[in-house]
Amino acid sequence: MTAVPEPISDLQLEGITKRCPGVLACDGISLQVRRGEVLALVGENGAGKTTLMNIIMGLYRPDSGSIRVNGEEVHFRAPGDAYARGIGMVHQHFMLVPNMTVAENLALGLKNLHHFLRLDLKGAAQKIREVSERYELPVNPDAYIWQLSVGEQQRVELVKTLCLGARLLILDEPTSALTPQETDDLIERLQRMASELAIIFISHKLNEVKALSDRVSILRHGAVVFNGQTANHEPAELAALMTGHEVTLPRNEGSGLQGEPLLTVKKLCVRGDRGNLALDGLDLELREGEVLGLAGVSGNGQRELADALAGLRPVESGEIRFNGRDLANRSPREIIDAGMGYVPEDRQTEGIVPSFSIKDNLILKDFAAKQFSRWSFLARKAIDRNAEVLKEQFDIRCPGTSTAAGSLSGGNIQKVILAREISRGPKALVAVYPTRGIDMGAQEFIHSQLLERRREGIGIVLISEELEEVMNLSDRIAVIYKGRILKVLPAVEATRERLGILMAGLVDPDPPPAADAPSIPAAGAAHE
Amino acid sequence: MNMGVGIYNVLCLAVPFSVAILVAALGENFNQRAGVFNLGCDGIMCMGAFLGFMLPYSVKTGALAPYGNLLGLACAMAVGAAFGLLFALVTVTFRASQGIAGIGLQMLGWGLSGTLFRHFVGGVTGVEGIASMPIPGLSKIPFLGGVLFSHNPLAYVAFLLVPASWFLLYKTPWGLKVRAVGTHPRAADTMGIRVDRTRYQALMLGGAMAGLAGAYLSLCQAKMFSDDLVAGRGFIAVALVYFGRWSPLGILGGALLFSIAQSFQLSMQVWGIKFPYEFAVMLPYVLVIVVLALARKARQLGPTDLGKPYNREMRF
Repeated sequence: MTAVPEPISDLQLEGITKRCPGVLACDGISLQVRRGEVLALVGENGAGKTTLMNIIMGLYRPDSGSIRVNGEEVHFRAPGDAYARGIGMVHQHFMLVPNMTVAENLALGLKNLHHFLRLDLKGAAQKIREVSERYELPVNPDAYIWQLSVGEQQRVELVKTLCLGARLLILDEPTSALTPQETDDLIERLQRMASELAIIFISHKLNEVKALSDRVSILRHGAVVFNGQTANHEPAELAALMTGHEVTLPRNEGSGLQGEPLLTVKKLCVRGDRGNLALDGLDLELREGEVLGLAGVSGNGQRELADALAGLRPVESGEIRFNGRDLANRSPREIIDAGMGYVPEDRQTEGIVPSFSIKDNLILKDFAAKQFSRWSFLARKAIDRNAEVLKEQFDIRCPGTSTAAGSLSGGNIQKVILAREISRGPKALVAVYPTRGIDMGAQEFIHSQLLERRREGIGIVLISEELEEVMNLSDRIAVIYKGRILKVLPAVEATRERLGILMAGLVDPDPPPAADAPSIPAAGAAHE
Repeated sequence: MNMGVGIYNVLCLAVPFSVAILVAALGENFNQRAGVFNLGCDGIMCMGAFLGFMLPYSVKTGALAPYGNLLGLACAMAVGAAFGLLFALVTVTFRASQGIAGIGLQMLGWGLSGTLFRHFVGGVTGVEGIASMPIPGLSKIPFLGGVLFSHNPLAYVAFLLVPASWFLLYKTPWGLKVRAVGTHPRAADTMGIRVDRTRYQALMLGGAMAGLAGAYLSLCQAKMFSDDLVAGRGFIAVALVYFGRWSPLGILGGALLFSIAQSFQLSMQVWGIKFPYEFAVMLPYVLVIVVLALARKARQLGPTDLGKPYNREMRF
């Protein structure tokens, strides 16, 4: 282990300023974290959170300002320097080599295990066992990373960071890839670890911030706009500070305007990537003018259902009746022409062509339509006009419509996709995780767009892991479990607890439990 | 014709055939494990073959004559490492496309060795080369003795390189670094591993081994040099790495399969079997293509960042 002068008990940032080309990424930021404390760092995408953390880790050098550890000023040049003073970071995208074991991944960073022609993997495994026992983070040192679930990999990252000697943990959006269950589990573990460590928790999910942190600092446009005790402030208040305006996520008021059945899925069987039956006789009905929420732990067939509905995955048996036609095993083109809109799960690679301009991405499905093509040539003027109109209408924030779509933030990419799908005037829309990893402002916009389309009579299938989102937007909620719909219930009858139990595949506890049932984080107690 | 004798002859011939592609492929494996595929392997082999021949040829009459062969091997490895360094500069530091740079390196090595040979030597000339060295005792074992223990010293070295490179990859800190930078360079970077430096080292080692493989061809197998001595073996070596799924043992299997097919087709001509020899010559190559096409694609354990330059500043 690197010699630590004394365990880190206090980190202080003063007036950190960092100018990146064209923007002031950090504008005189001052923060402090002490041992035994969880500081939540909250802000929209692009507010400067990650830049600030990279400065702490020694990946970037600040233009001005100072960093003090235990009152002593430090200058880090590389992550190794930060680790030497007990500061470690868990990156949003895991820094684990998939074809190596847990122990090998740790051994990469522990230079004292590197001997001439000999690698001390036993020492690494020993270290992992010690740390995982001490912090109650069960991890098998001999497992290969690719064999582990995302939640387990997250645990490996935590153990690895602790093994490297970190006693101040920076967690950059640690829950963004986790299922709700894994999230609850992680938060519970972090709560237990917090007494011995200092934690900086970066997130824009305010319920997690509320559940975990002692203090909260809000960043906007590179500056700290708020510091306070978490307990004294409501999520809505924090959201308003984060975005700079009141945020009220719109709700489905449920006017009961449901019309004729639009999409009927019967006994649908579809195979997953590994050849297993991911959908095993799924039945589903979507009516005009309703939002049907599909709740479930990811990996229960959501991806396969979305693929099958969009024509991207062969259907083994069963039918997908849409507007009177069976669309099972039809080509995507036929399905698009039949009036099905699709907001895919992976917006970067399936939703857009990242290297294409925004305006070209906006006509990806209609490039051959009359209005955008003349004798097989693209009608540039019409395409430009279309892009300008949609940019205004959907509030796509970009330097110009010729910008590469891949350079936009997640929220704006999603707006491009939504603009394309909605402007085609579909009869139904399948939206898969439409707000995953997207900040509050964009989320608010996307939700209100979906609800507006619902009022126009479009049927929407909303696949999401965020129970809040499903409950806010849906008329009815279908719970998917192991490739089948376990139950469909009206949204008004749904509670977090009832859905949580159904999502775990357990029997529905009719009638719904009392309204004063324990709130969000306690759901994690159900595991282990 | 006795069946047993036939098999014996084919196997005895296959072992020396496999040496050059085996050594080159084990070297290429280090390159690919570090995330860089070097199509220039063939060109490096040409240079190695030329220098391996040139050194003993030019000191034939001088005081250094007894050390000619050793000098040849050393220079072949040195020039291989230098070519590896050049390739690293182009693909790692300047992040050029690896495929194009590799083809360029192949043409450079092939053309340069041929030109230098014509300039300094000219016609067909032989060298004494390195003689076979049957291992006393072991080479007397019936059947196995002839197949395994009656070869050139470099052949034994080549087969020892299989466990050696396995050990280097899986049991040493350097091997750990190589595997990490080839699969998830950013993770390696955050753990304090110098990605570029590790790739440079791997490319130089791979180059040196390709140079050695070339020198084997000129010094031990043909005992002469010509333009078409290497004859695309460098490309076979690259294919063998995929074939063996980045495992030294798998590469050994592939090298043996290819060289058995090679010696079988030669034997077929010797036995006078009525078969158009043009097709017989194709046999080993066709076999490699067929096996590559049918092999299960298991990239799970391979270097997933193969072919991609690493740039710390690039976002995801």
